[in-house]
Amino acid sequence: MIDDGITINKVLREKVGSIEFRMLSPELIKKMGVVKVVTPELYDADGYPIDSSLMDLKMGVIDPGLRCRTCGGKVRECPGHFGYIELARPVFHIRYIPLIYVFLKSTCSDCGRILLPQVEIEKWLERLRNIKKIRGTISRLAIIKAIVNKTKLIKKCPHCGAKQEKIKLVKPSSFVEGNKKLTPVDVLERLKRVSDTDSELLGISPAAGRPEWMVLTLLPVPPVSVRPSITLESGERSEDDLTHKLSDIVRTNQRLYENLSAGAPEIIIEDLWDLLQYHVTTFFANNISQVPPARHRSGRPLKTLAERIKGKEGRFRRNLAGKRVNFSARTVISPDSQLDIDEVGVPEVIAKELTVPERVTEWNIKELKEYVKNGPDKYPSANYVITPDGKRKVISDETREVLLEELAPGYIVERHLKDGDIVLFNRQPSLHRMSIMAHKVRVLPHKTFRLNLCTVVPYNADFDGDEMNLHVPQTEEARAEAEFLLGVQNNIVTPRYGLPIIGCVQDQITGLYLLTKTEDLFSQKEVSQLLAQARVTQLPKKPASRKGGINYYNGKQIFSMILPEVDYREKSKTCPKHQHCKDPRCKYSMVVIEKGELKQGVIDVKAIGPEAPKGKLIQAIINKYGDKAAVEFIQKAALLGMAYLQKIGFTTLLTDTDLPEEAIKEIKEAFDFAQKKIDAYIKDYEEGKLEAYPGRTVRETLEFKIIESINRARNKTGRIVERHLKQDNYTLIMAQSGARGSLLNLSLMSASVGQLSLRGTRIRKGYRNRTLPHFRWGDVGPAAGGFVRHSYKGGLTPTEFFFNAITGRDTIMDTSMRTPKSGYLQRRLINALQDLKIAYDNTVRDASGRIVQFVYGGDGIDVSKSDNGRLLIPKEEVVK
Amino acid sequence: MATKTKKGEEKPIDIFKSRLVPDCKIMSPEEEKKLLEKYNITKQQLPRIRLTDPVAKALDAKLGNIIEFTRTSKTAGLSKFYRVVVGGISE
Repeated sequence: MIDDGITINKVLREKVGSIEFRMLSPELIKKMGVVKVVTPELYDADGYPIDSSLMDLKMGVIDPGLRCRTCGGKVRECPGHFGYIELARPVFHIRYIPLIYVFLKSTCSDCGRILLPQVEIEKWLERLRNIKKIRGTISRLAIIKAIVNKTKLIKKCPHCGAKQEKIKLVKPSSFVEGNKKLTPVDVLERLKRVSDTDSELLGISPAAGRPEWMVLTLLPVPPVSVRPSITLESGERSEDDLTHKLSDIVRTNQRLYENLSAGAPEIIIEDLWDLLQYHVTTFFANNISQVPPARHRSGRPLKTLAERIKGKEGRFRRNLAGKRVNFSARTVISPDSQLDIDEVGVPEVIAKELTVPERVTEWNIKELKEYVKNGPDKYPSANYVITPDGKRKVISDETREVLLEELAPGYIVERHLKDGDIVLFNRQPSLHRMSIMAHKVRVLPHKTFRLNLCTVVPYNADFDGDEMNLHVPQTEEARAEAEFLLGVQNNIVTPRYGLPIIGCVQDQITGLYLLTKTEDLFSQKEVSQLLAQARVTQLPKKPASRKGGINYYNGKQIFSMILPEVDYREKSKTCPKHQHCKDPRCKYSMVVIEKGELKQGVIDVKAIGPEAPKGKLIQAIINKYGDKAAVEFIQKAALLGMAYLQKIGFTTLLTDTDLPEEAIKEIKEAFDFAQKKIDAYIKDYEEGKLEAYPGRTVRETLEFKIIESINRARNKTGRIVERHLKQDNYTLIMAQSGARGSLLNLSLMSASVGQLSLRGTRIRKGYRNRTLPHFRWGDVGPAAGGFVRHSYKGGLTPTEFFFNAITGRDTIMDTSMRTPKSGYLQRRLINALQDLKIAYDNTVRDASGRIVQFVYGGDGIDVSKSDNGRLLIPKEEVVK
Repeated sequence: MATKTKKGEEKPIDIFKSRLVPDCKIMSPEEEKKLLEKYNITKQQLPRIRLTDPVAKALDAKLGNIIEFTRTSKTAGLSKFYRVVVGGISE
């Protein structure tokens, strides 16, 4: 389709066989040029483009209304035409400098032949011509390099016997032979003398061009449409960077012409010549080393040809590999626990801007007429109407009456987004496929996107200001595809390891943990409250007990109400009965669900949490009842968990980190014991009595022993903390249920921070033989090595604090270096893998049809449809 | 493939004894034809193995031969893989 409404029905399809890049010859430049540019001024007093200036109308038009003087086309029709500048003196093309250098060094300065004896020439020529057929470009370049290396050894021309002087390249763009400078004119003469075969040996085959074309005598001027000027609001014209650069070239060139014809002194000519060289160089690329970048009047470096194409901001990565899209929105995200898992809350302002094209039928005409009637400012309404002949009409207060009359089946109405529409929701960096998922719209007040907390995990989002993107599919196919492939319900199980990545988080886990652990009984009223919040409308079948005419139920019964009929046997994270249960067969740590009844055990992360090796219960439900049941279960579990937690009240306290007197005493004893032991080791070491471990020095052995003692003491404190904490400790409950935090975090706050490590060892840097001036020379004890005996709450000593700051800074450095590194790694992986696909014969193939794997993954298993990477059904039942 | 013993003698190593080396054999022309027909491909579309690869050397493979690998895996049991022998890049 072309904008003016002409449709090209016949699409011609041809496969591109090959692309060849060649040099432009001066003849061709002249031939394709429609105008010779000589005037540096762009417009006359009336603001009309001057003939044979850079804005000459022969090079195409950018102003609407004007016609191209070459093809007669208007703005969008005329593709633009090249012009050319005739350079007063030749200059080097900066990108060809290395190749010119090779030619100068490898050819005779006198006769222009390649510096190889005839025999060798024939031998290499044959190799070169053969290798191109067999092995392609890379090996051809290798051979050319070999040829060039051969010529380096020859000091006297084998053809005319002339002695060869050393030629040096003085960066950026001048050549010196002996102590005489070679001007572009000299170089041009030499390159002209090189024969076609000699030139082929050095890398330019006659088909690709002639070596002397590397020295510019004519400069092509790109069409105006390549460098459009912008008219500012003030009516002022602002020219493109390329135009600026070109006018520099034209101006210098004209001055050079004038001085040449006036017979000006050699120095002036040379200065102007160098200036011309500079301008032409920066026209091609403005970031050449040792060439100061050409700047705009404001001091901003000009963006010339190479910068337009190259790098992240260049044509390829910015405009071709990535484009801006319509029907998308971006705003801050915030949580909404009452939203369904597969919903997304969309602000009304955004819903009014984003539209879905809906075709008018006799079934929806009433609804759509209502939208059109509402006008563009109300919600729900519509923004555009598309007539059957493809005309797009805005709905406004003036037009809506007419459009309402006109509307009939066959029309398309671009209506506002409404509840239930399928949209794509995305958070960058999009590192895996769950970073883009399809949600159902829920239009809400206020200005943020709202999402269910369970979907935070796959997006890796939090609410400290994160923003997310939303895209609205515009066709029926796109919507269907989005719903069935990218739907949240289809992405619960990650293709990485085949376990749920969507599950209950944080308080939801804590709530269910406490609900299933408590031995309290709940009255029918309480149970009704809890279950209603979890969207369950039935009571458990049999009450656990009955007192005073009221039915009582226990927590496990309540939880069972949200379960589908599954069987489940799996160990929980911690044993709910014994605080330090180490027995792997302890029956209390076994969670047993029979026919959807929680018989025994507690629910924690291992059953309902996201990410491996958790979410086993969700996995069990998926295996038996599929994704939809799982979504429903997760939703209800989350609501029930939060409801229960709200009922009992839950917080976290500073006193959670308090330890009883005995515990503090025990910890002190553990550290004193370790200190004593370490002192003994150090004494042994100093007296030379310490025996080295095999393959280690005595010093290393001492280090090992110290670290071992410290570790042992630290582990002991961990156990002491665990033993002395009360069961109603909120922080401990969170750690045990796996909702947030760990026992280690808790003991860091309450008991001791322990050994700090810097790149895997104790802290050693600092002063001579000691880490800080506060220690004695040669002190290798725990404190001097970064051991923090105190807890974060109790407070660190100044030296401990300093060591802690060292490791803290090191960690920040480490993460800030790792993120971009892994990002680039990811980019490379994506580029390498992006067009692999599984063909219909189950082979994995690349874009050219080459086989990469004969069966996907070697076993043909789609991990996201498996149970933790294993088949869901016994191998015997696999249909061959 | 050979390794030097302490005395400096060369001792050949049977790489197929290593548990890290999968079972492999050179396919007969008939098998090759069947394979290429099965996947509807030419030899150029197969994964490759260097002529200089220890396995190719040990099997005494020639350019253009197809080597069949039989691997064992936890999830798949036995799985087959095929590679065509290609020459290396000179120098």
